[in-house]
Amino acid sequence: MRAAVSLLVGALFGLGLLISGMTDTTKVQGWLDIFGDWDPTLAFVMGGAIVPMAIAWRVTHGRKPVLAASFPPPPEPRLGRKLVVGSTLFGMGWGLSGLCPGPAMASLSFGGTGGWLFLLAMLIGMGLAPGLRNRLDASPQPV
Amino acid sequence: MPIDWIMGLAGGGLIGTAAAIYLLVNGQIMGASGIVGGLVDGSGRHDWAERAALIAGLVLVPAVAAFAMGGAQTHLTSNWAVIIIAGLLVGVGTRVANGCTSGHGVCGISRLSLRGIVATAFYIGAGGLTVVIFKHLLGVI
Repeated sequence: MRAAVSLLVGALFGLGLLISGMTDTTKVQGWLDIFGDWDPTLAFVMGGAIVPMAIAWRVTHGRKPVLAASFPPPPEPRLGRKLVVGSTLFGMGWGLSGLCPGPAMASLSFGGTGGWLFLLAMLIGMGLAPGLRNRLDASPQPV
Repeated sequence: MPIDWIMGLAGGGLIGTAAAIYLLVNGQIMGASGIVGGLVDGSGRHDWAERAALIAGLVLVPAVAAFAMGGAQTHLTSNWAVIIIAGLLVGVGTRVANGCTSGHGVCGISRLSLRGIVATAFYIGAGGLTVVIFKHLLGVI
């Protein structure tokens, strides 16, 4: 049952990414390109996604999920070096390509060889992440 | 084009609805990098079937929809070096930061998580700077 819900969630997620234009790298790079021909679409996508999700977080108060024992714990208050370093590396790759993990998967069927190459590199990068996490954990944390 | 922001808002609404269902029914945060990354490093072995089902929907439904719409384009660069470097950075960065645009962005900001807001500020800042440098200064992308 939980897997069927996951399938539906993935379907809606993918459809939303496609119709919003987020599988088109020119729209994503256009949003990041503040000194060029700026494209505001991504802000509308983010806004449109945050509203139903903000309502969902409110609904969780004092309740339990339908098919799970509990909701996710509150976010950790600590920021930490991993959050800052990781997000900066991610942003650099996002800017270079115009792809982040969701759209990279949603566009696989029409993204050609380049799309598969990006996915493969991304999976390898994900495999390298635990090593970098350990290195960052081993050094003293300034934030 | 005015239609772009309407489609953006509608598509965003679908993404947010998907995340809301995942939270309220399965009790989980819909983060694309965490869902696939857990299968790569083995941390998501216990619920691999649910992760695989979500990824199947995420890949197959846009495939059918794009076909029905008469095709879709990613306009991804044809420079393989840029694709490989970008893919590696996105993969390692999202897993080190423990989230991407969906997890930290959509799911984090909507619960006013400081971590989500800070992560989003850093990846948008780094992305914007990267576009300025590699597009306008170096002309690589």
